[in-house]
Amino acid sequence: MIFVLGRLGQAFLVLLAAALVSFCLFRFVGDPVNNMTGQAASLAEREAMRAALGLADPVVLQFVRFVGKAVHGDFGMSYRFGQPVAGLVLERLPATLELSVVSMLIATGLGLPLGVWTALHRGSRLAQAVLAVSLVGIALPTFLIGIVLILVFSVRLGWLPSFGRGDTIQLGPWSTGLLTGSGLRSLVLPSVTLAVFQLALILRLTRAEMLEVMRTDFIRFARARGLHRGAIQYRHGLRNTLVPVVTIVGLQFGNVFAFSIIVETVFQWPGLGLLVIQAIQFGDIPVLAAYLVLVALCFAVINIAVDLFHLAIDPRIRISGGARGAA
Amino acid sequence: MRLANLLTASLATILAMTMPSAGQAPAPSATAEGSTFRYAYRVDPASLDPHALAETFTLSFLGQIYEPLVGRGKNLELVPALATRWEQPDPRTWRFHLRRDAAFSDGTPFTADDVVFSLRRAKMDGADVAYTITSVTEIRKVDDHTVDLVTAQPNPILPLQITSTYIMSRAWAERHGATAPASVKARVENYASNNANGTGPFMIESRQAGVRTVLVRNPNWRGDNASNLGKVVFTPIQSDATRVAALLSGEVDMAYPVPQQDVPRIEANAGTRVLKGFELRTIFLNMDQKRDELLGSDVKGKNPFKDRRVRQAIYQAINIDAIRDRIMGGSSHVAGTMIAPGINGYDPRLDVRAAPYDPEAAKRLLAEAGYPQGFSFPMDCSNDRYVNDERICQAVVGMLGRVGLKVSLNAQTRTKFFEKVLGRDTAFAMIGWQPLSYDAHSTLQDTMSTPADKIGTYNIGGYSNPKVDELTRLIETEVDPARRAALIVEAMDIDKQDYGHIPLHQAGLAWGLRAGVDVVLRSDDSLELRWVRVEPRTAAAAPR
Repeated sequence: MIFVLGRLGQAFLVLLAAALVSFCLFRFVGDPVNNMTGQAASLAEREAMRAALGLADPVVLQFVRFVGKAVHGDFGMSYRFGQPVAGLVLERLPATLELSVVSMLIATGLGLPLGVWTALHRGSRLAQAVLAVSLVGIALPTFLIGIVLILVFSVRLGWLPSFGRGDTIQLGPWSTGLLTGSGLRSLVLPSVTLAVFQLALILRLTRAEMLEVMRTDFIRFARARGLHRGAIQYRHGLRNTLVPVVTIVGLQFGNVFAFSIIVETVFQWPGLGLLVIQAIQFGDIPVLAAYLVLVALCFAVINIAVDLFHLAIDPRIRISGGARGAA
Repeated sequence: MRLANLLTASLATILAMTMPSAGQAPAPSATAEGSTFRYAYRVDPASLDPHALAETFTLSFLGQIYEPLVGRGKNLELVPALATRWEQPDPRTWRFHLRRDAAFSDGTPFTADDVVFSLRRAKMDGADVAYTITSVTEIRKVDDHTVDLVTAQPNPILPLQITSTYIMSRAWAERHGATAPASVKARVENYASNNANGTGPFMIESRQAGVRTVLVRNPNWRGDNASNLGKVVFTPIQSDATRVAALLSGEVDMAYPVPQQDVPRIEANAGTRVLKGFELRTIFLNMDQKRDELLGSDVKGKNPFKDRRVRQAIYQAINIDAIRDRIMGGSSHVAGTMIAPGINGYDPRLDVRAAPYDPEAAKRLLAEAGYPQGFSFPMDCSNDRYVNDERICQAVVGMLGRVGLKVSLNAQTRTKFFEKVLGRDTAFAMIGWQPLSYDAHSTLQDTMSTPADKIGTYNIGGYSNPKVDELTRLIETEVDPARRAALIVEAMDIDKQDYGHIPLHQAGLAWGLRAGVDVVLRSDDSLELRWVRVEPRTAAAAPR
C-alpha cells in the first residue's frame, strides 16, 4: 500500500514536470494568433487577441494558470475548434485506445510465442527465417508499411478500407468500432501496421531473454532433477523471461498509445494522434498541453501497473521491499 | 503460454470474421431520393458556426448549407442568392431585395429580420467574418423583404465582399442560445458550432467532427438544385497518399486536393480522372524597402533593396518558367502581376513579365548599383503553407546565387513563419495573397499600400509609393466600374514598374474524380454540391 502511494506521489510530480516542460516548449510552436484571426485582421487586432488569450504573459504565469484550471478538469478551449479541450480529447480517446490495445494484443500474442519458439528451436531453418523477417519489421518505417498495405489491400485487392474507422456504436461516452463489421475491417490495416514494429521487438527480446535464462544454473539443476521438459521451459524458463518482457510491453504500449500519430495520419484514424498533429500545425496550445499531460499520465499509470505486475511474478522484489522499480 | 495461445486464437477469429465479409464499399445506388456522393478533402470544417471562422474551406463547406445575400456563379460572377436584386439608391446605401420563397431547413420562412440579425451577429466581437461588412455602419430593415446597408463612405464593392457572409434564422438562434458567434477569445461555444439551420440546397443529417459529415437535400430548398444527389458523405483525409488511395480504390467519388506527383497515376487509372485549374492566390516575393539597413546582410549602413535597379536585378535573375516546369510539374500559371485571372480588376495586358529572365542583365544592374560582387541577405519562407513553398524558395536561392547574391534560406512552419514576417523581422520573404472578396482592392490595400493601422498588414517589405496609396483610396470609393478598372490597372502597373514586389505564379489546382462524376471546378477551389451529378457506378468504371 505504501509502495503504491509512493508511486502515485512520484507520478504526480512527473505530471507537473511534464506540464512545465511542455509549457516552456510552446514558445517554439509559434504564434497561434495569426492562424486564428484570419488574413483580414490588422496588427493591432492581433495584439489585442494575444493579450486576451494571455499569450503575452510570462511563461510561469501561464503555467500556474494552466495547472490551477487543470486541477479542476478545465483544460481551456481549443484555439482551432472553439470547443472545450477536455471534450475534444475524450471524444478522440476511444479510437486511439482501441487501436493501440488491439495492435499490442497482436504484437504480444504473436511476438511472445514466436520468441519462445525461436529460442527453443535455435538453429532450425524456420526459426532463422522468422528472425530474418522480424528484422524487416524493425527496419521499415511505419508510414511505408502503412502505405504499402493500403496499396495492396485497398487499391489493388479492394478487400479492406484505406481510411477511417468505419461505423461506430456509441456505448455511453465510449464510441466503439469493435462491434460492427465495417469497424473491424477498418481496424485491420492500421492495427497491423502499428503492431509490426512492436511484434518484431517483443519477439527478439523474448528470444534473447529466454536463451539467457535457459543457460542459467537453476535450469541446469532443474534438468538434473529430472523435471519434465515442459515444466522447465514454461514454468521456470518463461516465468523468469517475463520480467523484462512485461516492462517493455508496458512501455511500448505507452509509446503506441502516445505516438500512433503516424499511423493515425496515414489511415485517417480519428484518434488523438490526428488531433495532435493538427494542433501542432495550428499552434493549438490548449490541446497540446492537455495531450502532453494525458500522455505523461498514461506513462505514469503504466509504470505503476508494470511495477505491480513485477510484484506478482517475481517474489524477489516482494522480499527486498519493493525497492526496485521499473526500468 | 496458455494466455498467448488464447490471444493468437482470438486474433485468428477476428481475421476470419472480417475476411469473408470484406469487400468493396457498397456502390452508390440511384434511389428515388437521388445518388450518394462521397468526397474527401484535406481537413474538416473547423466549425459549423457561419460567422466564427473565416477559413476558406470552412466557409466553402458552409456555403452548401447556408446562403449569402449575393452568391457566386460558375465563373465567380455575382448571382442572386437570398437577394434577387440589389441597387444603390444613393452612393452610401446598398438596397437588397430579398427572396419571398426561401425557407430555412427547419421550415421557418426567411425574412428581413433574419438578415438584420445575422449581419449584426457577423459584426460582433469574435466573429471572424466581420471584415466582410466593416464598411457597413447601419443595417436597416425597410420592409419584410427589403434591407438597406448604409456605409460610412461609398463602397462600390459591398456585394462582392459579402458572398460568404451567411444568413442564419433569428428564431432558431434565439431558441438555441446561439445569438452570438462562438468565440475562442471570449471562451464561448454554442449550439451553432455543431448544428446548422440554413436556407441552402443541403442540410446536415449527421456530423462527427473530424470523422464524417453527412448531408442530405434540404426539403425546403426552393428548387434550382441541378444536382442529382440525395446524400453526400464528406470525410476529411489528411494524408495525401491515403486520399489518393481512397479515390483509386473507389471508396470516395472525389478527392481533393490531389498532389501534383499523383496526377499522372490517377489519369492512367481507367476509372478516375483529374480536373485542373489555377488558384486565385498569387505567390510573390517581398523585399524590405523600409529599413535603412538591411537585416542580416553584409552591406552595412544602407539598404540595397531601396535601389530599384537591385530589385529589378533580382527579378531578372529568377527563371519563373523553370520553377513552373521543374518544381510545379508544369501546372502553375506564371504571373506578371499581383492578381490572378478571375480576380475582379485583372487585366491580361499586365500579366506578362515586366522584364525577361536574364542573369547577365541582372549582374550588370547589380554592378551599376554598386554591388559588382553581389551581397548577402537571409530569406524567410514557409514550408507547409503554399504548394511546394520550400522548394520554390530553394530554387530562388540558387538562381540568385548565380548572379552573385548569397542568400541563406530560413524555411519554417507557417505558424513560426507568419509570426516572424508579420512582425516585420525579415529582409526577403515569400508569401501568397488571395483577395477574400476576389477583388483587386484587397491586394492593393493589404499587400501594396504603405503600412499604417489597418492598411498594408501583409505589405511585408514595406513597399511605399504615395501614388499607389492615393489610387487605392480612390478605388475604394469609385462607383463607376470602367473608371474603377482603369484605376486598378494604373496602380498595379506602378508597382510593377517599381518592382515593388516580385510576383511568381498561381499554383495549379487538381481535383481527382471517379469516372461518371461531373462537377464544376471553380477557381476559388470551392466545390458547389448543387452542380454535382453522379452516374451510378458501372461495371466498366469499377476500380480494380
